Amino acid sequence: MKRMRIPIALVVALMVAGGPYFVPAAPAATVGPVTDPVGVVKIAKGASLTIAYWMVVAGPDASLGIDTRRGAEIAIADKGGKLLGHPIKLIGEDSGCNAEGGVTAATKLAANKAIVAAIGSNCSSEAVPGAPILWKAGIVTVSPSNTAPKLTAPDRGPTYDGYLRTAHNDKVQGRVAAEFAYKVLKLKKAATVHDGSPYAEGLQGVFTETFKKLGGTITAQEAISPTDTDMRPMLTKIAVGKPDMIYYPIFISAGGHITRQAKEVSGLANVKLMGADGMFSPDFMKAAGDAAVGMYHSSPDLSPEALGPAYKVFQEKHQKKYGEKPLAPFHAHAYDAAMMIFAAIEKVAKKDAAGNTYIGRKALRDALYATKNFKGLTGTLTCDKYGDCADPKIAVYQTLSADTAKWDPGKNPKKIYP
Amino acid sequence: MERAPVSRYRRPWIAAVQKGLLCGGVAVFLALVGMVETFAGRQIIVGVFSLGLALPVLTAVVAGYQGSQRQAGGVRGAPVVRGALAGAAVGAVVSALVVLGNLVNMRSMFVSASPAMFAALSFGRGTSGIPLVLLGAAAVGAVGAAASFLSAGVRRPLVTALAWTLGVGLFQELLQILLHAEGARSAVRELLFIEDGLSIRGATIVFALSWGSSTVWARRGGAVRQWHGRLPAPRQRVLRLGSLGGAVALLLLVPLAAGPFISQVLVLVGLFALLGLGLNVVVGFAGLLDLGYVAFFAIGAYTLGLLTSVGEYGIVGLSFWAAVPVAVAVSLVAGVLLGVPVLGIRGDYLAIATLGFGEIIRILVLSDFLRPWLGGSQGVLGIPKPMIGGFEFRGPEQLFYLTLVSCALVIFVAMRLRDSRLGRAWMAVREDEDVAEAMGINLVNVKLMAFAMGAAFGGLSGAIFAVMVGSVFPHSFQLLISINVLSLIIVGGMGSMPGVIVGSLFLVGLPELLREFAEYRFLIYGAALVLMMQLRPEGLWPAEALKRELHASEEVGAAAGPEDLAASDRRGGG
Amino acid sequence: MQSSLMRRLSVVDLYLWAFRIVVLVVVVWGMIGTIMARRYPGEVWIDFVVYGLSQGSIYALIALGYTMVYGILRMINFAHGEVFMSGAYTAYFVAAAFGRSGYLDRNPVVSLLVVLAVAMITSTAIAVLLERVAYRPLRGSPRLVPLIAAIGASFFLQYAFRGFFGSGFQAYPETQVLKGTWAIAGISILRTQAVVLVAAVLMMLGLYAFVMRTKTGTAMRAVSEDREAAALMGIDVDRAIVIAFAVGASMAGAAGFLYALVFKQVHFFMGFIPGIKAFTAAVLGGIGNIPGAMLGGLFLGIFESAGPILFLDGLGIVAPYQLKDVIAFTMLVMVLIFRPSGIMGERLVVKKA
Repeated sequence: MKRMRIPIALVVALMVAGGPYFVPAAPAATVGPVTDPVGVVKIAKGASLTIAYWMVVAGPDASLGIDTRRGAEIAIADKGGKLLGHPIKLIGEDSGCNAEGGVTAATKLAANKAIVAAIGSNCSSEAVPGAPILWKAGIVTVSPSNTAPKLTAPDRGPTYDGYLRTAHNDKVQGRVAAEFAYKVLKLKKAATVHDGSPYAEGLQGVFTETFKKLGGTITAQEAISPTDTDMRPMLTKIAVGKPDMIYYPIFISAGGHITRQAKEVSGLANVKLMGADGMFSPDFMKAAGDAAVGMYHSSPDLSPEALGPAYKVFQEKHQKKYGEKPLAPFHAHAYDAAMMIFAAIEKVAKKDAAGNTYIGRKALRDALYATKNFKGLTGTLTCDKYGDCADPKIAVYQTLSADTAKWDPGKNPKKIYP
Repeated sequence: MERAPVSRYRRPWIAAVQKGLLCGGVAVFLALVGMVETFAGRQIIVGVFSLGLALPVLTAVVAGYQGSQRQAGGVRGAPVVRGALAGAAVGAVVSALVVLGNLVNMRSMFVSASPAMFAALSFGRGTSGIPLVLLGAAAVGAVGAAASFLSAGVRRPLVTALAWTLGVGLFQELLQILLHAEGARSAVRELLFIEDGLSIRGATIVFALSWGSSTVWARRGGAVRQWHGRLPAPRQRVLRLGSLGGAVALLLLVPLAAGPFISQVLVLVGLFALLGLGLNVVVGFAGLLDLGYVAFFAIGAYTLGLLTSVGEYGIVGLSFWAAVPVAVAVSLVAGVLLGVPVLGIRGDYLAIATLGFGEIIRILVLSDFLRPWLGGSQGVLGIPKPMIGGFEFRGPEQLFYLTLVSCALVIFVAMRLRDSRLGRAWMAVREDEDVAEAMGINLVNVKLMAFAMGAAFGGLSGAIFAVMVGSVFPHSFQLLISINVLSLIIVGGMGSMPGVIVGSLFLVGLPELLREFAEYRFLIYGAALVLMMQLRPEGLWPAEALKRELHASEEVGAAAGPEDLAASDRRGGG
Repeated sequence: MQSSLMRRLSVVDLYLWAFRIVVLVVVVWGMIGTIMARRYPGEVWIDFVVYGLSQGSIYALIALGYTMVYGILRMINFAHGEVFMSGAYTAYFVAAAFGRSGYLDRNPVVSLLVVLAVAMITSTAIAVLLERVAYRPLRGSPRLVPLIAAIGASFFLQYAFRGFFGSGFQAYPETQVLKGTWAIAGISILRTQAVVLVAAVLMMLGLYAFVMRTKTGTAMRAVSEDREAAALMGIDVDRAIVIAFAVGASMAGAAGFLYALVFKQVHFFMGFIPGIKAFTAAVLGGIGNIPGAMLGGLFLGIFESAGPILFLDGLGIVAPYQLKDVIAFTMLVMVLIFRPSGIMGERLVVKKA
């Protein structure tokens, strides 16, 4: 230890002697051919163009972040790894699926002036404190998996001006699910289950509200932990209320347990089951087995006439590159987020005679907000003025076969609404 | 005894190969767990050496060093040969993995067994790269062996220089952020780095500089120390105070010099240090293993959030300064309330009972049951930043000072506590509850005070945490936080306050700076805890008392000099 | 300062009494509320008990490992949950291969036995390795040292498995013969649950016989009574300890297999929570006590399945199953405070390490 002390002191002294490093609030700048009120990124000829992710890639929720990071990586590979002649560099931070992780990750990315745009975050609790930090540094971020309504609510304030998402707002999906249950299936009594995640809790809240407004009754609002395995007692309690359906917009693992075990609990054999996009994946079929046959899912419209083949190709690439199937449901949203960013960069970037590229930060943000009819894996994306870009077309699917080999959204699970 | 000459000829070779095979197993483990591939992305010297390659190379060096140890024969060359043998054994194991990966698709089982990983292991040549792997590993092993008989004067600067080059390469991202400005700093950056790693030129410069300065220090360092030793005592104290003042001044300048990111990391380090200092009172001083410590962190954060929030769940809208004492007091009371039931529970049972409390608090905070008051999974939002006059603690640069002051305050309080009558009672309880009780120590009071003080420090940390984030979510209070805090006080040195800071820097600061490690954070924590318990249970910066105790046989009471007696006299009076 | 501390002394006893009374009142009030409401017919309670027994028997099998190691070493093997996970996870690969080739349905008994054997062997191997590498060098150190090493080992194993096999889950293949229900004495019980219950009980009886009747078992009991004396009597202490680890781990491996049979999903984090629950079960039954671990497991299982309704629903608490773990941990703390010897009633001896 002692031997190291003097060199360390030297380094620190040099750092300090370099003078104060106040990072000024990004001023209006003119660099090369571009003037931008927020700032300009200059990328020298041949240097790489940096895109950052902030996702949860470590810890118990890592599958969510690894899944979305892979979506972004495949998008980069599809671009040939290059944009405007610059190699694309993807750097990133683990955001831990909690608020403090979001703050740290965003602060670190904000300090890196080379970052053009960011993809993230995964959990809404990360984005709440993190997105303003990034935008203060002029970095616009597109989230592939935040669904909390408040992030794109009209009263979110100007600090969220640099925030968009390709994940759809819970408000839309919860409402569609309730309308489908009440109007199409003509069910009057429903029970809901959530797993304590803001996503599921939010969705079931919207569902409950809409369902009651339509005239239905909620017989029980239960909750579990995502790590629970034995759902039968909880389901037995639900069965006592004799609901017509159970709505559980949770994730694959716990959702699989509920689906399997609901069939085994007396009194629930004929109850309709409905989940959301959090478990709309072949992995869920694996988890739930044949019990999934007949159940409903709400999810963005992935009907094959519009997007099916593209997604299939994506899946094959994923299998080849990572040796496994996608881990969570938001990889395609991440792919779209990346592609949307690339398209916006291509739109606003300017080159000078020497081959350097200049990107105005405000211009990039505006271009992203102006995204219209963008063909992505998850649908046709159009951003509104609060940054909601997801295709608002939510469809309801019914599973016909739990065989993962027959997974083909649109045919199986079959699209039945609207 | 009769067989000794035989074994002298035979056993060293076999032992070397055995060690090599063992290290080879470690290399294969590192590869299959995914580290080699993940770390391959981190260039240390661009185009030459990546962190991914560093892992197998290091295992080979260790194998070579280990293989050449001890049973040194008469011949000078033999250790090198043995080292090479051990290195080659590592190479052989790695090659076996490459061959196996070529024959069967390991991917269906091991997700990390990707083509990229095999390429990284075989210099991108598949099975035809094997001779190269074997040769390279043998050479590296020989180098490792050579290190064992170089004279210290040569070896130390060499190792130091290598470590510095590796370190600068590792922390390049951080350094580049620091140097990302116009002028002289930018010139330094361009001199050393290209893209995301050291350039060959940069590596040479770093190596030469650190080697040079280290050599000079090795020659002249003794003289400096002697000069310092010859100074009269008051001058020495002035020097020590001066350097302490310098260090404090440097700390105060950090946010200005290093920008928001480093400040943010240091705020986190500070918050964990606060937690560590609190848990240290409970575990390190009083010996009560608490695995549910996160509960008090949560209680502090939620109390502050509810008292100050301007959002939906705020109840009074107090200012931060008015709310902090309340948050600390609430945590303190919670510490007592949760402490009372577990007073009679000892050792391992206590660990599990407190773990239960931690989980209970987290589940309650998350539950729909308490949602109308605590916000459930959607959390408490809209916590304003603290203000003094017109100065707002807006970002990490400002919060850094708040954390620093809190740490200083808590260290001061903890130090006074440790040296008080209560502190000695804690130590007595830690050593042996029954004896302590027999000596007239009131176990109830002493234990409750430990829980209460620990909880209060944890609550303070939680309160600052809440304003740092500006919102409080139940997901921030996982059991992993408790494990994290426990790990850091153990790595730092149980019962030692500088140790807590060191542990916090290592376990919280380092992973924030090296993001590749973040993915393997808990794997490394786990290994670190196991190894630490075997090799250095007293921690990196051990508390004096504990060190004495664990190495008692080596010193045989020599440490209990007059100074100690005087000290205990003095404390006895207070 | 001093006087206020003295005053608190009597308050402590009061507080403990108040704690006892509050818990009792809450429990009784909740129970009366639930029963008076008459929302839940009798069959529902039978279902709760059946579910609880099948979950509880898995806890019980894991709890045996804690109890055996604690009995002999006075150490909580915090990594035992990961031993459970490692067996179930590794056996998945065998089960999946059988499932793909169709052998699982052609010859279910043989293939399930093979899968069970793989799970037990892997768990045992991991536990023995763990003992050798992580715990044995620490024997004789202060008490906290091995516990902390065990916490480290737990995390190391979890994340090593994550690194090896990925962070997603794997789904065991369906076994056709075990689908559906059997009607036993008028109660329809799921086949998987019946198999789990029977298998668990057989395993536990086997273990009990092993510990009580065989020479090795006797040696182990001797070591757990008094290690020094046993060593003096010529018992190989190291061997007895390794066997305790191995036997406990093989039970955990079997539990992993049964878990996979019922719940189908395995992933790297699956061992942590059952591990803690099983420890709770071991404490409930009186740690170090083999029949106690069995009873504790079953008891905990039933509490978890019926408890939220029985105690909380009557109080008008919403979403009671979210608070399932609160009940389990409160019970643990209550047992530790008021009856540290567990429900089996053997006196808990706190030995000095």
